[in-house]
Parts: sequence; structure tokens; C-alpha cells
Amino acid sequence: MRLLPMRLPSRSKLSLVAAAFCALAAVDAQAQATGPIKVGFMLPYTGTYASLGNMIESGFKLYVQEQGGKLGGREIQYFKVDDESEPSKATDNVNKLIKRDQVDVLVGTVHSGVALAMAKAAKDSNTLLIVPNAGADAITGPMCGPNILRSSFSNWQPGYSTGVVAAQKGYKRAMTITWNYAAGSETVKGFTEAFEKGGGKVMKDLNLPFPNVEFQALLTEIAAQKPDVVFAFFAGGGAVKFVKDYAAAGLNKSIPLFGSGFLTDGTLEAQGAAAQGLFTTLHYADNLDTPRNNAFRKSFALTYKAQADVYAVQGYDAAQMLVAGVNAVKGDLSKRDALTAAMHKVTVDSPRGKFTISAAGNPVQDMYLRQATGNNNEFRGVAVKALADPARGCKL
Amino acid sequence: MDLPIFLVQCLNAVQYGLLLFLVASGLTLIFGIMGVINLAHGSFYMIGAYLAFVLAPYFGEWYLTKLLVGVALSAVFGFVLEWLFFSFLYQREHLQQVLMTYALILVFEEARSLLVGNDVHGVVTPEWLAGGFQLGGLMSYPWYRVFASVACVLIALGLYFVVNRTRLGMMIRAGASNRDMARGLGLDIKLLYRIVFAGGVALAALAGMIAAPLSSVYPGMGGSVLIICFVVVVIGGIGSITGALIASLLVGFVDTFGKVFFAEYSGVGVYLLMAVVLVWRPEGLMKRAY
Repeated sequence: MRLLPMRLPSRSKLSLVAAAFCALAAVDAQAQATGPIKVGFMLPYTGTYASLGNMIESGFKLYVQEQGGKLGGREIQYFKVDDESEPSKATDNVNKLIKRDQVDVLVGTVHSGVALAMAKAAKDSNTLLIVPNAGADAITGPMCGPNILRSSFSNWQPGYSTGVVAAQKGYKRAMTITWNYAAGSETVKGFTEAFEKGGGKVMKDLNLPFPNVEFQALLTEIAAQKPDVVFAFFAGGGAVKFVKDYAAAGLNKSIPLFGSGFLTDGTLEAQGAAAQGLFTTLHYADNLDTPRNNAFRKSFALTYKAQADVYAVQGYDAAQMLVAGVNAVKGDLSKRDALTAAMHKVTVDSPRGKFTISAAGNPVQDMYLRQATGNNNEFRGVAVKALADPARGCKL
Repeated sequence: MDLPIFLVQCLNAVQYGLLLFLVASGLTLIFGIMGVINLAHGSFYMIGAYLAFVLAPYFGEWYLTKLLVGVALSAVFGFVLEWLFFSFLYQREHLQQVLMTYALILVFEEARSLLVGNDVHGVVTPEWLAGGFQLGGLMSYPWYRVFASVACVLIALGLYFVVNRTRLGMMIRAGASNRDMARGLGLDIKLLYRIVFAGGVALAALAGMIAAPLSSVYPGMGGSVLIICFVVVVIGGIGSITGALIASLLVGFVDTFGKVFFAEYSGVGVYLLMAVVLVWRPEGLMKRAY
């Protein structure tokens, strides 16, 4: 934006403006105690992650609707900003919600780069933030704060739980492969930590620039080194191509492939036969046969005529966390400390299973071992019970 | 690295390079002959890949027929597109060309999103090309990759033949070296450009169709291809088909071995190659051949 040359207002005008502003602010504060609670969704509504954004919002609203559409006895008002998964616009976008709409709580987002910018803005303005997907370790690590919580996972978690499983199965020599970006390297670090703690050794980390999908050279390298097991982190189109290339190279017959859950989530149909039998770990599994999950999936299907997925669960749980906090202060959001304390103390009765919140604001949750069967990631057992992110760098 | 593995990696490099060539050749034709910076070229690759996905149920095992139909459709599409948009761009400055072709990227991506959705889709390999042959003990090499390489070589030869040995090729070369003189001698330059553009689009779409079973189809797939194609075109020398071929193979080798030996910095290799070539030969490896 260009700054226009402007005549400086005279002193009297200035004080008049200031007085008017104070009066306005006072009216506003009064309205806030009794008016609706303002919830700002900053999610991707266009682009590659658009469907994830919609799932999160649907999940969130479903829980609010189940509570009779009210939070702590107060009406709820939604504001929406499309973040386009574009980190360069993130600060401007989040300020639309914080400054223009003056929301009480921010919910967002999918893309880690955007979420980090949101966490910074939330910290600077002391706005309550619930992250319903983005896994960047830093959000509940160095960037952590009492007003920043996450309803999904940290990248470290699915990596670590996969490492535990791989070590338990008796594999000794592993190779890892991922894109050279934060989500990839954080997940791989989690895997390496658990795998080496379990007595294995990671021989080599392979990586390629995001979003390059030319894997053939690296697959040849895997064939040359002959590890006992390969751990991969990819998502979306890259995950489809990697799993297919791995099978086409015949490696799936000789070297088992393990992955974080995102390797096979929402991609199984495209991966087809190549993905069958793959083991991954995540905090959710399709066909998780618990009464809580079945009830949730039924309610979601009835409301939206669509199948719920892990993103819908994360949105649903974001609402649960908020409701727990708001109910604890009976809708009086000015009692911020009591609100966030309640949010940290809650045991969330999630469709994925009950979980608690760590001091750093990240879910302490069971990680499930799943196996790709048909178009489902079928539950095969609990990989790690109540896994807490180490929250390295968090000073809380 | 022992010899068999080294040879397999060389095969990987050649195969990747040839596929790159197929996309980049269309770009270098359009860029070199008509002087249009076509950012939408990656979208044509994407459109080709999605065509392969959408047409698959109708053709089943008639894979080659599907390719031919896809090429015909995309050539017609290119012909119309040139008539509607690109024919207005030749005399404009580069900024306007970039703006319009960028807008086309957005339009094509949205259209893709509306028509096919945002999911990732796999494209099945035809039955007679499924499977692979054993290579170096542990690994098998898919037949489809061999097929893709052979197809690329055949198309490269065909392209060379058309440009250098046919009347149409002569006209294209004449139009490229001096547009006004060629028109003065009675050539229908407008029609010629339209044909070249349609050919360029068809080449990119064909590359997309051939790559689809290897890469699956997903949103934004055109973008990553576009950048590497511009690298190929710039290294090879703008407008040179031979240059594009050499550059594609070079990029294939640098990328493949970069990933193996310098995993952490593999993204840099190709651009380093470009910088070195440009310092050495600012006009690219091959100055325009015609």
C-alpha cells in the first residue's frame, strides 16, 4: 500500500479523535461481555488444501451445534478468512481477524508456515489461538504460549511412534526419505530418535527439494544400500507417486516401507494396489471401532452427507477444547487465565480416543498403528500410549 | 557405488532427461519461434496428464489410441487458444505476455478444480506395459519407463525430421529468422504460428499423458514442471531443439547424481549448472540453430 501525503490534523482535532476513540472502545468492551463470542476461522478455502479447511470448519461447527449452538451460554459468531496456504500473506490475513474483526479466538490453520505466522501474531496481540492441523514442532516448542493450543499433533509425534514400531519389529538398519522442508525433517527426526532408542541405526537420510517427485534415483540408492526398513514422509500427490514408484521398482517385496500416517491418508484410492499392506502411524484410524467414533461419524454423515476424516476430527476437537475453557469461566472471556488453565486441564473426549493437553498446549495422545487395506487405513493396535511431544525449546 | 548401480542411475538420468525434453521442446518452439514467454506451458502438461486420467475409462486397453486422441484434442485446443489469446501477444512487451499467460495458469487451475476436483488420482498403466524386468539383483525396472523413453526418442527424431527435412519445417525456420521477409514472400505467417503453437501445446500435453501413469495427477503439477522447463530452454539456447535435447539430458544427469551424492543440496545442482552454462555461453549451449 502506498502512503498518501496527508495534512497533519491540528491538536484540537487530534484530541477530539482520541476522545471519540475512547468512547467507542468503551462501548465495544461492554458489547463484548454480553454479545456473541467471535470465532475467527483462518483456513485454506481455496487451493490444494481447500478440502482440509472445509473439513476442519465442518467438524468445529458440528460440535458447537451439538452444544445447542452456544458457548458458555453465549451466542457464537463466525468470521472467515481464506489463508490460501500462502505464508507471505499470513500476517496480513491474521490481522484482518485480530484487528478488523476483533475476534476472541482464532482457529487455524493447515499449512505450517502460515500457522507459525499466526502463532506469532497471536502471541503479540495475546489472542487465543487453536491450531487444528499444522504440525510444525515450533508452534508448541519455541513459539509456545499459554494462549496457543493445538488440537492435532506435532510433526515429531507420528515420526516417533513409527520409529517405536519399526524398532519393535526387530529392524536394525533403516533409511529415511522425505522432502527437504520442515514437516519432513521434523517427522524424520522423531523417527530417528525412537528407532535408535530401540536399538536400530539410521544409515542414511535421503531427501529431495519440495515438491520434487522424481524419486527414481533415490530408489536406486535404496536398492544399492539394502536397509532392513525404509521410513518415508510424503503427503498428497508426492505420497501417491512415491508409494507407486516404490512398488514399481519392486522394493516393496524386499524392503518394508513404513510411513507417518500422511503417506496413506486421503491417497489410498490413487495409490491402489501399490499401497496395500503398508504400515503407518497416526493419531486417528479409519474404522476405529469405538462408540465415541461411531457416534461422531454418524452425526457428521447425517449433517454434511460426507464421510468424516482426521481433519474433521481435529476441527471437532478444537471446538471441544474451546467449549471446555469457555464453560469453565461461564462465558466471561475476560477471565483469560482461568480460561486457558481450564483448556490445558481438560480431558478431551475425542473421536480418536481420550486425550489430554500438555503444558506446551499439544495433545498427549495415543498413536495408532494402521495398515492400508482396500481404501481404508485399518486400525491394527496402539503404537504408543499417551505420547507427549517433548516440546523442546518451550519455556512454560 | 559399484558399476551396476551406476548404470541403473545413468538409465534413470536418461529417462528423466528424455521426459523433460518432451515438455521443454514445445516451450522452446513457442518461445524461440514466436517470441512469446509462455508461463502457461506447465498447464498444458497438466491438462495432458488430466486428459490421460479422464479418457482412461473410455479407452481401456487401447492405450496408444488414447494417446492419439489426446494429442488431437490438445492440438485443437492449442489452435483455438492461439486464435483467441496468443495471436494478440506477439507484438506486445514481455510483461504483458507474462501477465496474460500467468492469468491463464490461474484459469486452467480453477477449471481443473471445478471439473475434476482437488484430489490426487492415479492413472493405471496399460496391461501390456505393466510389470518390469529384474535389474541389479534387488530392483526391478518398470517396462513403462522404458516405453516412455522410447516414445520420447521417437518423438525427438520426428521433430528433428519435421523441422529440418520438410516443407513445413522450412517455413517454420523462415518465419522464425525473419517474420516480415517470410510474409513478403507469400507465407501465411498467422496460420504458421497457429500451427506451431498447436504443435507446442500438443507436445506438452503428450508429455503429460506419458508421464501421468508414472507421476499420478494432482493439483499444481504444472508449476514444478514449468520452472525446470525454463531451465532446460535457457541452458539449451532459446529456440534450439537440439539444444533442448542436450540440456534435458544434462539436467537429468545433474539432478539424478546430485540427489545421490549431495542429498542435502540436491535442489541447487540444476541451477548451479544453469549459472555455469550461462557464464560460459550467455546464449545457451546452442545458439538458435535456424
